[in-house]
Amino acid sequence: MKNIKYLIVGIAFGIVFVKAEIISWFRIQEMFRLQSFFMYGVIGTAVMVGMLSVFLIKKFNIKTLDGEVITFEDKPFNKGLIYGGLIFGIGWAITGACPGPLFAQIGSGYMVVIVTFASALAGTWVYGYLKEKLPH
Amino acid sequence: MIELIKQPWHWAIAGILIGLTVPTLLLLGNKKFGISSSLSHICAMCIPAKIPFFQYDWKKEIWNLYFVTGVLVGGFLATQFLTNPNDIIVAESTKANLATFGIDDYSKLLPVQIFSIENIFTLTGFFFFVIGGFLVGFGTRYAGGCTSGHSIMGLSNLQLPSLIATCCFMVGGFFSTNVLMPFVFKLL
Repeated sequence: MKNIKYLIVGIAFGIVFVKAEIISWFRIQEMFRLQSFFMYGVIGTAVMVGMLSVFLIKKFNIKTLDGEVITFEDKPFNKGLIYGGLIFGIGWAITGACPGPLFAQIGSGYMVVIVTFASALAGTWVYGYLKEKLPH
Repeated sequence: MIELIKQPWHWAIAGILIGLTVPTLLLLGNKKFGISSSLSHICAMCIPAKIPFFQYDWKKEIWNLYFVTGVLVGGFLATQFLTNPNDIIVAESTKANLATFGIDDYSKLLPVQIFSIENIFTLTGFFFFVIGGFLVGFGTRYAGGCTSGHSIMGLSNLQLPSLIATCCFMVGGFFSTNVLMPFVFKLL
């Protein structure tokens, strides 16, 4: 099962989410009220580590463990980034969770978050249904 | 050691470990860190309904579903075995603000006064679970990614569109927290 390794990375990631209390609705409130540095520290550090990693992978043409070439795709700009970004931001503050923490919250035993998750699936589905009619 | 792990982790530790997910996934199989796309894959798998947006081979992206399943399992393991018994420490100013909305229980990571089963069929539940969740799912797909795909993976790869998306996430969140939610709390 070549996908088990991703399950393991996911488990480590989920543990970090809970132990650093990133899945907490309170942390998101602190962040959007500018009353705590915590989430800015987490995201800022993560971006710096990610940037340095991507820089090194590109600079030294590092391959995957199987010897495959690592590729990077550019993210194209469209207005959906703005509309969708604003909409997601509103939902992020309400639920106190972006999609990653939703999974970790359910795993942590907050069963009501299954409702939030189902609704997020519905939102994704409705976007797919309306995509051609929405401004991009 | 275990006692140390049980305490809440410092933001720098969390940031470094989350940041390291980017190269880990790249080195393991040229996979791009991103979580919201898993919602799309679940739609494509379960309810494609002949919608063109969901007509793709989701099986090729199955690694992503293993990854998010891992996040769920990790949440379970951390809460079952590594949990911190104390109240979550929250900024006093935030506590003062939330007290005006009747939220003062800090025994769990999520406020039990909102995130409880009894609230599912109330207006509170409708707003915080149904509307909130819908906006997360709709908005992330509309924006083509979430905090992981844009704010971490996209910014790591110096993508200007990801920076624009991240700024919009923040603007939406500031508006929601400081304008929309205080208004809604008054109605509930």
